[in-house]
Amino acid sequence: MALLEVKNLHVEIGGKKILNGLDLTVEKGTVHAIMGPNGSGKSTLAYVLAGKAGYEVTEGQILFDGEDVLAMAPDERAAKGIFLAFQYPMEIPGVATMTFLRTALNAQRKRRGEAEFSTPDFMKRVRDTAGHLGIEQDMLRRAVNVGFSGGEKKRNEILQMAMLEPRLAVLDETDSGLDIDALKIVADGVNRLRSPERSMIVITHYQRLLDYIVPDVVHVLSKGRVVKTGGKELALELEAKGYAEFADEAA
Amino acid sequence: MSAEVRHMKTAAELALAETYAAAKQKLPGKGPLAVLREDAFRHFEAQGLPHRRVEEWKYTDLRALMRDLKPLASPPDASAKARAKTAGKIIGDVECRRLMFVDGAFASELSDVTPETGLAIASMNQALAKGDALVGTHVGKVIESKDAAVALNTALMGDGAVIRIAAGASIARPLHLIFVATGGKPASMFTRSLIVIEKGARAMLIESHEYAGAGSGDYQVNAALELVVGDEAHVDHVKIIAEGAGALHVSSLMASIGARARYNDFSFSIGGAVVRNQLFLRFDGEDTVAGIRGVCLLKGRQHADTTLVLDHSAKGCQSRELFKSVLDGESRGIFQGKIIVRPHAQKTDGKMMTQALLLSDTAEADNKPELEIFADDVQCGHGATAGALDEDLLFYLKARGIPPKEAEALLIQAFIGEAVEGIEHAGLREVLMEAAVAWLKARA
Repeated sequence: MALLEVKNLHVEIGGKKILNGLDLTVEKGTVHAIMGPNGSGKSTLAYVLAGKAGYEVTEGQILFDGEDVLAMAPDERAAKGIFLAFQYPMEIPGVATMTFLRTALNAQRKRRGEAEFSTPDFMKRVRDTAGHLGIEQDMLRRAVNVGFSGGEKKRNEILQMAMLEPRLAVLDETDSGLDIDALKIVADGVNRLRSPERSMIVITHYQRLLDYIVPDVVHVLSKGRVVKTGGKELALELEAKGYAEFADEAA
Repeated sequence: MSAEVRHMKTAAELALAETYAAAKQKLPGKGPLAVLREDAFRHFEAQGLPHRRVEEWKYTDLRALMRDLKPLASPPDASAKARAKTAGKIIGDVECRRLMFVDGAFASELSDVTPETGLAIASMNQALAKGDALVGTHVGKVIESKDAAVALNTALMGDGAVIRIAAGASIARPLHLIFVATGGKPASMFTRSLIVIEKGARAMLIESHEYAGAGSGDYQVNAALELVVGDEAHVDHVKIIAEGAGALHVSSLMASIGARARYNDFSFSIGGAVVRNQLFLRFDGEDTVAGIRGVCLLKGRQHADTTLVLDHSAKGCQSRELFKSVLDGESRGIFQGKIIVRPHAQKTDGKMMTQALLLSDTAEADNKPELEIFADDVQCGHGATAGALDEDLLFYLKARGIPPKEAEALLIQAFIGEAVEGIEHAGLREVLMEAAVAWLKARA
């Protein structure tokens, strides 16, 4: 059984159709890239998977490990192992990054019936993980994303992902706003988390990110549907030709 | 056409007049102090209980909210004192010198009156009775207030603390003044305290108003504190209002602050049916730095009004005001803040911010910031916000696996944390955050 099955998904926001019968199957341990022009529904797919309010599913199904995702609250989905790395990570004044990480990790563990981490165990884990991502101790003590640069915010997303160890990570335009050095750090962080037990959906507008996070499967999204699926070479083809061909195809 | 229309006296006003007439011979203090009382009562009587057409009381119509007057509290008996012992827990294990006032009367046997160099503690009742010089110099004179609630307090003041901290003294432990109502029977309490902190002294004052009886408590509190902060003194004042759910609480701080002082004030309002917290502060000397902050946590039908008047009467003073309220249920939170900058108070730097977080559709926040600036070389500003929790922020937390109630609690803690951070005492910051967390848990 596939880890994630999206079947004939139709989604509206405020009466406007965004997804039009999207199908997507993600096997365990695979990395899927979703590419597409602006407005094709990439971020909508990410938010619907994570459970953001305001997205009305009018038709279709999302199954995660065979379970109906649409019936679950966002925090429940997270505890099941779905993680969304936000395109625009939120700033949370007054909540220290460390507190945030611990609250999230222990809330998930509690819901799964696992023991909460002790403070020393948690601290050790977070230090080790942060070290790999070049995140300073000072950043962990600061309020979540407040005063962070674009690169720091994205690294913080990957830190959260590493700490929470999801089974499915959805990376929504993680490359946006990053220079090449920051992009490499983030991609290294993601690659370190690749495992036969973990699947990823990498959403991006540009092929550049896929030089660093090499996908197993590439999907092209246009007008709310997957219009082409192929191997990693499809990304290069898109880079050369642009999206025009697919926009026409879907029309 | 401004013919004054005298209203019919309300039941509470009639009872106040009767109570004053019956009590005035027995209340402590003769000569000038008796005159002070009499003048205060006449001043009150001329205006009556403040109501919504009195601008300063616009949002807290005391005439409507105070239906009657509870009898003046009797001196506490043994069982009242036994109940009172539970008070003060709100500050956890922060080590303090406890001074207990039970049903408005100083309870020396429940207080720590061990001697300490530079610290003098007396009861207001005794100080008034014997015509104490410090009381004669300051009571009713620290800030000349026209406020009706202050006038009533002056007319009926019974007991309280009189504390003097000598020049240059540094008081090791915070002084914790605990005003506790024990709820034996309906009662009203008029406590008055005077704290004089002389030049260069260091002290931390905690004032808590609590309830240690059964049920919600049927009582009224009118408490006033006059505070004199000398030049170069460093003073923290934290007021915790944690009255019983049925209580009517009006309290007034009147503070005069000297030159090059550091003054840090924090109000934490969490309990009481109707709370009016008044702060009248005046900078009397140059180059003082002050932080005046507060947090209000309200639910049910609670009503809490924080009214601040900050008078920059000397040049070069800096003040920062930050007040946060979290309003649930049908509660109503009011903040009125006025900064006055006198003509000679050049180089004043004052910034005031008030923020309300509404957790329900039926809660109400009223914010009234005012600046009255008569000097031309100042930096002053104010801001006010009111709103619900940010849905996008909540989603971010939930998407990380944090359940909705916990996510809300985390954001609310962060919201009030910004104000609580202004308290210098780390232990006190922690216990107040814990009290806030307990409040949030009780809400869930």
